[in-house]
Amino acid sequence: MSVKTYKQAINEALVQEMRRDPAVILMGEDVAGGTGSAGQDDAWGGPMGVTRGLVGEFGSDRVLDTPISEAAYIGAAIGAAASGMRPVADLMFIDFAGVCFDQIVNQAAKYRYMYGGQDKIPLTIRTMMGAGLGISSQHSQSFYPIFSYFAGLKVVIPSGPYDAKGLLIAAIRDDDPVIFCEHKMLYEMSEEVPDESYEIPLGEANFVRSGGDVTIVAFSRMVHIASEAADELSKQGIECDIIDPRTSSPLDTESILESVEETGRLVIVDESGPRFGMASEISSIVAEEAFASLKAPIGKVTPPFVPIPAAPNLESLYIPDSRQVIAAVNKVMQS
Amino acid sequence: MQSINELLAAYRSMRTMRDFEERMHVEFATGGVPGFVHLYAGQEASAAGICANLTDKDVLLNTHRAHGPAIARGADIFAVAKEIYLRKGGLCRGRGGSAHLHDPRSGLWGANSGVGSGVALGCGAALAARNQKTGGIAVALVGDGAINQGVVSEALNLASIWKLPLIIAIENNGYGEATTVEYASAGKDLYTRAAAFDIPGVQVDGHDFFAVSDAIEAAAARARCGDGPSLVEVKQLRYFGHFEGDAQTYRPQQEVETCRRETDCLQLFRDVVTAGEFIGETELDSIDSEVADLINRVYAEAQSAPYPADDELMQFIYASEYQV
Repeated sequence: MSVKTYKQAINEALVQEMRRDPAVILMGEDVAGGTGSAGQDDAWGGPMGVTRGLVGEFGSDRVLDTPISEAAYIGAAIGAAASGMRPVADLMFIDFAGVCFDQIVNQAAKYRYMYGGQDKIPLTIRTMMGAGLGISSQHSQSFYPIFSYFAGLKVVIPSGPYDAKGLLIAAIRDDDPVIFCEHKMLYEMSEEVPDESYEIPLGEANFVRSGGDVTIVAFSRMVHIASEAADELSKQGIECDIIDPRTSSPLDTESILESVEETGRLVIVDESGPRFGMASEISSIVAEEAFASLKAPIGKVTPPFVPIPAAPNLESLYIPDSRQVIAAVNKVMQS
Repeated sequence: MQSINELLAAYRSMRTMRDFEERMHVEFATGGVPGFVHLYAGQEASAAGICANLTDKDVLLNTHRAHGPAIARGADIFAVAKEIYLRKGGLCRGRGGSAHLHDPRSGLWGANSGVGSGVALGCGAALAARNQKTGGIAVALVGDGAINQGVVSEALNLASIWKLPLIIAIENNGYGEATTVEYASAGKDLYTRAAAFDIPGVQVDGHDFFAVSDAIEAAAARARCGDGPSLVEVKQLRYFGHFEGDAQTYRPQQEVETCRRETDCLQLFRDVVTAGEFIGETELDSIDSEVADLINRVYAEAQSAPYPADDELMQFIYASEYQV
């Protein structure tokens, strides 16, 4: 056990899985960096340095820099997975899913079902999401719920280093395509992380906090925003349950319903949009399954329905903050 | 150079594809065939010429015009027909249908409705073959229509820089759906696109089994010894529409008739092999009658097979545990 950043935890998961299983390969844009140049090899290790050091240990047969061709290399990763490899494809920003959406949703997601259950596609697509770096609407989105729409895919959104390591190991060992969404504002967050390898099962929520007055369901970075709000609310005498589902597909609805049935009040905090996102989805599930338990209308804290601006004042207005969470909790506590 | 047995096998393969499709055309017209079916008749020399050069370690990535290549690759023809009829016992349990014939045990991968994607998937199959040192190669079929998909250009580039053991076979039948290749594709010949990616490219007469087979043999040898991908443009015509039910009003009236009369791949093949002393017309005629009998049995069995069980709806979505 030692203190590791989110970035280090992800790197460690990759290293340990690549040592354990020669079928695990990594491919993506600049996952090494410097390929073909006279300068340094392993110059980048991805734009955030998450995969630094891997090409040195595992060689360029297993750590493959790709051209800027997401459709080609995500497709190739699917083909390699269907051939018995266990590829980890690095989709630098989730926003770029736009150019390889067909590969993800029509090829990877359909391969097993449409072809009659003959194949397994043990593919992990690591990708980076989230606003906060002032890099505007084509590098900051969090549209991971889109992938949760598709039967055949699994979607992971780790909120911290411990979860990131255990969930990534589980994703790599999983026999289905998994979209693993790292939040770019969490890379430097640190906490105690075991040195040895471990799996966190996909589909099991984490009870981050136990309170009993109100249930907050929060995802990825928003878990920390919700925790800040809960600390504040506790001073006012309101004690919150916080549930981090950790995966949006499968979604641990049982844990959410269990908490809501006890508290009767629900606030969902998410960085995906206000429409057709996780907040809408969970509201729908709770309305269907636990309507009788609800003592107040469900509260949703999400960004507004707008593309993401780059200017710091506008971007911080966009990202949900703890004040909004406190306001939403206070509102559901009033009924 | 093929042995007599190989020549007879190639003829049988092409005859089987042809009769299967001619019968499908008739069955469709009488209303018994579900969904969209895209027939391969006229193009048989391509699949037969390619498959004659593949081993059981190799992967052929099929297109939506899938029946012929599936048969040529050796998929169980009864299971092929049942899949097209969406029945129990079909290659994909009746979930895929005509355009998604898939039989990995025969080295036949996904006929694919995402046209062009097979080239990217084929890069992965080729990468895995090299990484796992199986000695296998991948052949990605792609139509002239799909060649203008971005993913095809991306995958050609990837295959080249990674020197993958991959062959890209463009089956250029003149039309992408109802639009001519001349209109839709810049540049006179599709094979010339290979040069932009530093890949050898050739064009062959797709009605000539021997021309296709020779080109694939050379490309496969190059792939197997680690020299990288090749592109082969197979020029041909299809005898039927884009899909069955297509009135083909966009085609010149005599086009198919002339092709059937003058450059039919089965007739050309017969002419070549019977010009020598080892194979006679009667031998080929007896293959014809065996195939005719087989096709009758295949259709009878497929048409009378039951649909998949209702409880299969939710099966095989995930390979691992998934709890909603």
